[in-house]
Amino acid sequence: MRRITRLAPGVGALAVVAAACAPNNHQDSLNPQGPYAQKIDTLFTPVFWIAAAIFFIVEGMLVLFAIRYRHRKGRPQTPPQIHGNSRLEIGWTILPALILVGVAIPTVSTIYDLARTPTGNVLNVNVVGHQWWWEVDYPDQQIVTANELHIPVGEPVYVSLCAAGVGYGGVPAPNECQPGPPKGAPPSAVGDDVIHSFWVPELAGKQDVVPGRTNHLVLQADRPGTYTGQCAEFCGLSHAYMRFKVVAQTREDFDAWVRAQQADAVAPPAGSLAATGMNDFLNGQCIACHAIRGLQVNGQPLTANGGPNLTHLMSRSCFRGCTMPITRANLEAWLRDPQAVEAGSWMQLNPKLSQDQIDALVAFLMTLR
Amino acid sequence: METAQHIYESEHEATSTGLPNAKLAMWVFLASDCLLFGALITTYVLYRGASLVGPYPKDVFDIPYTSVSSFVLLASSLTMVLALAAVQRGDLARMRVWLLATALLGMTFVGGQVYEFTTFYREGLKLSTNLFGTTFYVLTGFHGTHVAIGILMLLSLVAMSFTGKITQRESMTVELVGLYWHFVDIVWIVIFTVVYLIPTGK
Amino acid sequence: MASVSVPGETVRGGLLRRPRSTAGFWSWVTTVDHKRIGILYGATAFFFFLVGGVEALFIRLQLAQPDGKILSPSTYNEFFTMHGLTMIFLVVMPLSAAFFNYLIPLMIGARDVAFPRLNAFSCWLFLFAGLFIYSSFALGGAPNGGWFGYAPLSTVEPGNNMLFYSTGLLMAGIASTVSAVNLAVTIINMRAPGMTMFRMPVFIWMALVVQFLLAFSLPIITVGLFESLFDRRFGTHFFDPAAGGDPVLWQHLFWLFGHPEVYILILPAMGIVSEILPVFARKPLFGYQFVVFSGIAIGFIGFGVWAHHMFATGLGPVANTAFGISTMIIAIPTGVKIFNWLGTIWRGDLRFTTPMLFALGFIAQFVVGGLSGVTHAVVPADYQQTDTYYIVAHFHYVLFAGAIFGLFGGMYYWWPKIFGRMLNERVGKVQFWIMAVGANLTFGPMHILGLEGMPRRIQTYTPALGLGVWNLVVTIGAFTIAVSVLIFIGNAVASFRRPKDAPADPWDARTLEWTVPSPPPPHNFDEIPVVHALDDFWHRKYAETEEGTLVPVPAGGSGDPRSDDAHGSGHGIHLPSPSYYPVIAALGFPLIGYGVIFHWWMAVAGAVVVLAGLYGWAFEPAAE
Repeated sequence: MRRITRLAPGVGALAVVAAACAPNNHQDSLNPQGPYAQKIDTLFTPVFWIAAAIFFIVEGMLVLFAIRYRHRKGRPQTPPQIHGNSRLEIGWTILPALILVGVAIPTVSTIYDLARTPTGNVLNVNVVGHQWWWEVDYPDQQIVTANELHIPVGEPVYVSLCAAGVGYGGVPAPNECQPGPPKGAPPSAVGDDVIHSFWVPELAGKQDVVPGRTNHLVLQADRPGTYTGQCAEFCGLSHAYMRFKVVAQTREDFDAWVRAQQADAVAPPAGSLAATGMNDFLNGQCIACHAIRGLQVNGQPLTANGGPNLTHLMSRSCFRGCTMPITRANLEAWLRDPQAVEAGSWMQLNPKLSQDQIDALVAFLMTLR
Repeated sequence: METAQHIYESEHEATSTGLPNAKLAMWVFLASDCLLFGALITTYVLYRGASLVGPYPKDVFDIPYTSVSSFVLLASSLTMVLALAAVQRGDLARMRVWLLATALLGMTFVGGQVYEFTTFYREGLKLSTNLFGTTFYVLTGFHGTHVAIGILMLLSLVAMSFTGKITQRESMTVELVGLYWHFVDIVWIVIFTVVYLIPTGK
Repeated sequence: MASVSVPGETVRGGLLRRPRSTAGFWSWVTTVDHKRIGILYGATAFFFFLVGGVEALFIRLQLAQPDGKILSPSTYNEFFTMHGLTMIFLVVMPLSAAFFNYLIPLMIGARDVAFPRLNAFSCWLFLFAGLFIYSSFALGGAPNGGWFGYAPLSTVEPGNNMLFYSTGLLMAGIASTVSAVNLAVTIINMRAPGMTMFRMPVFIWMALVVQFLLAFSLPIITVGLFESLFDRRFGTHFFDPAAGGDPVLWQHLFWLFGHPEVYILILPAMGIVSEILPVFARKPLFGYQFVVFSGIAIGFIGFGVWAHHMFATGLGPVANTAFGISTMIIAIPTGVKIFNWLGTIWRGDLRFTTPMLFALGFIAQFVVGGLSGVTHAVVPADYQQTDTYYIVAHFHYVLFAGAIFGLFGGMYYWWPKIFGRMLNERVGKVQFWIMAVGANLTFGPMHILGLEGMPRRIQTYTPALGLGVWNLVVTIGAFTIAVSVLIFIGNAVASFRRPKDAPADPWDARTLEWTVPSPPPPHNFDEIPVVHALDDFWHRKYAETEEGTLVPVPAGGSGDPRSDDAHGSGHGIHLPSPSYYPVIAALGFPLIGYGVIFHWWMAVAGAVVVLAGLYGWAFEPAAE
């Protein structure tokens, strides 16, 4: 008995210590970096200590009784036959109930606090979960990007979470995330998708992304920086690879980013390798799923259909659910065989690309700044 | 299951509650089955009027027709009661008649359901057409399956009565099947009300 | 068995000759003896425990370090899904069922369960359901959508994987429902004279609550599984958002079953602990009625907390508040139990036998799971915790460090009764300490991992998250548990090499099963006991003075069962005869399952087998 009880609080104490000393991994729910995550932490911390106190009391009694009342030679084998004590038992029914009332009151007020729609200077963002990447739409700014959510510091961000954009099985799903960003920034037309969960622990709790429903989440960062997040609801083969970043910037930096993102892509100079790549892009398989704003085929703008919008690909730092840095080598590997890079990837190349095509496409993609 | 009598019963030994084991088991099973239908009916109600495309209930339902077949099923509860009364009197011949009548009424109901399903199907309502088709066929289909199993049990009772396994003293088997049969009838009243009689708007 | 049947029996009627062997393979296949069926449940559950454990070890190898390469994503998903399915449906539930089957009749003073052949049917159907689900590994892939099988992932992903999940669980559900009806009737209706409800051992009370939880929660998941199956197989739209269906409906149906299921898993262990503590404290259970009523309360409230698994689903603040509060309320009866157990050892005369160590370990560790459970009820905190390793830590403290510890305690406690041989106490204590260290090393650090941002069900994680150290500790812990399980197997095997010399009452225990020889004869009791009090056997051995001290009852009033042998060895007691039909009827179900997945003719064949089995059964007398 002794070892267990030494160990169990040991683990509990270690948890606290380790949590305090762990290198900041930017995905730590115990390290809130904004008011919404802070509210949760402020609620959790006292509850944790209450629980810890009860833990030590119960384990303490257990150890104490185990030592004090252990069988010893010579002691009479007939302990007092106590059948119970109603007063005591009613007491230890009511006392926990009172403690729980104390816990319930701040719990309920925080639930409603977090559920409130923010007012004032609020940034609206639609986040769409795909297997296995995140589409980020800014309806008011007419921006579509992927795997990176840029936000201004000190301002609440009202995130609408959707699993489906438009064209869902041919029937529009009742979804506040529609219509997507208006013309010029066509939203992804999304096929069937599954439940995901959007979680960036340092800025907010998690919220599921459920097909057919629109959920909301408010997050806010107090300081500029990068905060990592991850899909928390099991969503199939590459669930572990469905990550993302929140980039919090000063208002000026954010505005500059918005302006850059709103620009059309610039076609590479004719005759360059990149121009060949652009032709391959426009005449090949890519446009079945991917869009680039500013480019046209037969006079029509491209429409994204399940794949990330690539207009400013190189402005992002990562792809494949933000698990690979965007480098020449990684892009080449991806284009050579997406299935080998990501298990179950929806990106299927048929026929496979030749090395020349890959070289040209990568050269083109790397012009998309 | 109903016929799996424990040795104690055949020795007519007392149980703790005085209720025979098999009867208690049937009650527990029916309580459990209530939740099965509860979940199915809840699904139906949740998706009431949620179909995105037709046909909708008002396009296919023929209330008078279904009312008649519902009446047939309810009438079978009466014949079931008569069958039980007969065996408790020791009148095996009359019991067989009433059991067969009950089975026949049940078959009429199931036959009516099959006819209804095929009509709806021809009118364009398939299992996969819309949420109405999905929930309607599955709910009423589960009920129909229950009725069909009941019919099998009724016919088995008739067969067993010729082997001497059903007697005045051993009339409980008939009573158990009766309990099941009445339960299935009551469930139908709920389903008929919820599915057919309460209008859906669409 | 034949030795206690009526002499001069004749084999007649039915297609098959009545099985008559009393030993060997066929005697086990055709047995309807609740004790043998209990052993079958236990052996099967332990086999699956090893399988699920090996899956866990592979998972831990994969996660021991960042960027693990041991399991591919698809294999990983199959392994974690099967680990969960196995441990819940094929280990903890049947291991509890093993104790229920073996002990209920013995503890309430009955000769068998209410429906012995139905009991055999449940047991075989459960085994076939388990084998059916596992056959998926050879038939194109095992279930890979999590034990919770969330739609639409489970209904749209390619492959038959999740069809094995829905059909397999439907079969297991039928087995459990049938068994629940059977055991509920047994407890309600077959108690010995004088065994009123409030003289029943707490284990029996918990068993009764569990049977009702099963009977009322399984039909709900049955509907959910049918709907999921139909969505895949017949193109229905129950969970299809494109047609207006709502995937959240599946979550409601699943957790309306899934949360009572948690209590189905833990209450048996709580019952076992409530039996073990008084015996080794040599004191009655503190506040028997409170413990019983808290168990009943848990059973009721357990149906009203399901949506606490869905706080992040987006049900809105009203629902989240309601379910947060109901979840806090259920902590109260759970706390009552813990305090009553502490009250039981208070001022006792504690003997730290292996069963006692496991029981105390249960309390010590279950407290951790209980308290972390309360932090989930703090809904905003759960927004951070849900779907992380913090949850994994929580429910493993409840189900492994809790339920499995309780069940191991039960195995050590009742092993001499069941097999007539004691397990080695010293080895047992070594196993306990290794298992306790392993469990806390495995599941303790998971709290930290979850709070530091490690989601559940991920096949790998990046080194940048800094989670490698604790994950390595967890993996070491998992292998420590494996060592402890191997020690148990060694202990069990060694026990079978010793002579059957366990006394009828090795622990100086309190309940009726210890009044009969170890192992008990097929008919359990030569004479059905008459019960005068709670802990009747104890009171036959000891009297209490007015100050509440114990005085041994002078010889003559002793309950030494060996003296009962003088009454004869049970000749003339009618027992139900063995039968082929339960196993035949059960055999049809996997055929139906394969038919649903592959070819319809197999389903038809399966249905014919089931019907043939049931008809043979119906026309066969229960005993000859």
